[in-house]
Amino acid sequence: MAKAQEAWGSRLGVILAVAGSAVGLGNFLRFPGLAAQYGGGAFMIAYFISLLLIGIPICWVEWTIGRHGGKHNFHSTSGIFDFILSKPWAKYLGVIGFIVPVCIYMYYVYIEAWCLGYAVNAISGNLSGEGVNFQNFFGTFTGASADGVALKFGLKEVGIFVIIVYFLNFFFIYRGISKGIELVCKFAMPALIFIALIILVRVMTLGTPDPMKPDQNIMTGLGYLWNPGAVAVVDATSGVEVARYPDAAAIPAQYQNDTFTQKNLDLWLSLMNPQLWLAAAGQIFFSLSIGFGVIITYASYLRKQDDVVLSGLTASAANEFCEVGLGGLITVPAAFMFLGAAGIVGQGTFGLGFNVLPEVFAHMPGGQIFASIFFLLLFLAAITSSLSMLQPGIAFLEEGLEISRKQSCALLGFVTGIGTLFIWYFSKDLKALDTIDFWVGTVMLFIQATILVIIFGWGLGIKKGWKIAHEGAEMRIPDIFKIIIKYVTPAFLLTIFGMFLLQNVFGWNYSFSDAQFNPTGYVRDLIGSEDTPPNMVSRLSVGWIIIMTIFSMVLVNLAGKNWEKRKLNQKKEASL
Amino acid sequence: MILSVGFVTTLFLFCIIRVLRGPAANGNHELGHVEPIEEDEIDQR
Repeated sequence: MAKAQEAWGSRLGVILAVAGSAVGLGNFLRFPGLAAQYGGGAFMIAYFISLLLIGIPICWVEWTIGRHGGKHNFHSTSGIFDFILSKPWAKYLGVIGFIVPVCIYMYYVYIEAWCLGYAVNAISGNLSGEGVNFQNFFGTFTGASADGVALKFGLKEVGIFVIIVYFLNFFFIYRGISKGIELVCKFAMPALIFIALIILVRVMTLGTPDPMKPDQNIMTGLGYLWNPGAVAVVDATSGVEVARYPDAAAIPAQYQNDTFTQKNLDLWLSLMNPQLWLAAAGQIFFSLSIGFGVIITYASYLRKQDDVVLSGLTASAANEFCEVGLGGLITVPAAFMFLGAAGIVGQGTFGLGFNVLPEVFAHMPGGQIFASIFFLLLFLAAITSSLSMLQPGIAFLEEGLEISRKQSCALLGFVTGIGTLFIWYFSKDLKALDTIDFWVGTVMLFIQATILVIIFGWGLGIKKGWKIAHEGAEMRIPDIFKIIIKYVTPAFLLTIFGMFLLQNVFGWNYSFSDAQFNPTGYVRDLIGSEDTPPNMVSRLSVGWIIIMTIFSMVLVNLAGKNWEKRKLNQKKEASL
Repeated sequence: MILSVGFVTTLFLFCIIRVLRGPAANGNHELGHVEPIEEDEIDQR
């Protein structure tokens, strides 16, 4: 007997929702920063290879596994793993699919509040005019300057915006898949692309904004980000890059002395750099929202005969268009034109987005309007992502504990509320946010994606998986992807994850002959070092992750009993 | 830059046009249905 369950309203709706989940701050801030840092062309080669070997295959895997579980009314990663593998331990493998989106939501909603707050402050004129110190504004607004200072509710503090975005997220998630998430994404995604195109036209028509600096124009701005084979001029003392030229001969005399050194960004030399591959693969990974548990849950609300192959590829392509086609042409070229290379290098995602770009807009004709709509764009990108982070948690609580959507929202709201309050209070240097982002938003993501691809290729079996993927498919996946998904993707993922751990946890110096390990800040914050004691906020943050993991395990255990009952009923129905 | 931006734009347009021209592009779906479990999917525990 077929029973009705919640589902998407239209095919375009689910594609926009998955694309909305993937398109976030990373598309407009993190990607251009990395591409510029690693010399454009070389980075893009590694980026597209990673897209082919990790991004698109895992997207197809998630869409397929999700729809397969959903047709038997399993919508959470734990439930779906339990159903597919039919082993008592399988449900615990999926627990990361609950922890990751829920924990990321706790700090992502905080960053989302910055975007809304910056948009409002830009339109009200607080980010324009003479004498605005953007670093100070950021420090006060976000609480990065001291713990507890962000717990205020004026226009120039983040508090009121946290409350607003929290309410908005739970309002839409409570309305459900079709009337909540899909409705938001159907409006937000086209609006986001439209706004990005407006800003792109503005940036492309800036020409040479400062006639006194003819080297800083749109062509050199684009060249800074994209041109392979450049030579960077680096301050010998600080190690900060100050300028970049197509070749050594083009470097002016002022940089040819002992104060500066030259760094060759030759295409082939760059491709030999393992850090470039790590950065490119990591960006593909985070950008496409793979390993979050979001795509699985979203796809579980598809019908049995709904296409997953073309839909999955379309959602990935939409994300890539926003990232490479829009993000890659806006932020870094604009920042270069006004501030030069020295204003961009070493800024990181938040520095570029909330320190550099407000300054760029302050110098730009019509900057107040463009700053407002740019931060509105970031807010739209963020809300479509944060909504997607709540749905796996809601789905898990609904199906595992057999409680209503209203009760799920209340429970999830309470748990995420505690986490967000913790991050909001311990805001100095964004330490709590950064720690949770590293251990959950990075390390656990790798683990979850690896588990997923192994379950598809080896647990479900590539033959069966292929058959399921092509049910209702409007295009065929090339057969070469059978080998890629079964062997290449897991091997590539494990290699990248291994390198990631060596670099970002153990602090390997990338030398085989003279290998040295110097544990990174994330580890030193936890265990301390000879010079410094352990960081209390980092320890509390990791403690919170452990509490969340135990809490999730208990819930999975409870849910397992309900799933057993459900499967027994299904077995009876099947035998009738 | 032209290659990268051109590739992602072409891929996006190709996909979105195929989706919009495909069956059930914008038509409202019925509610999803829980399918009866198949023989080989029964939990043997």
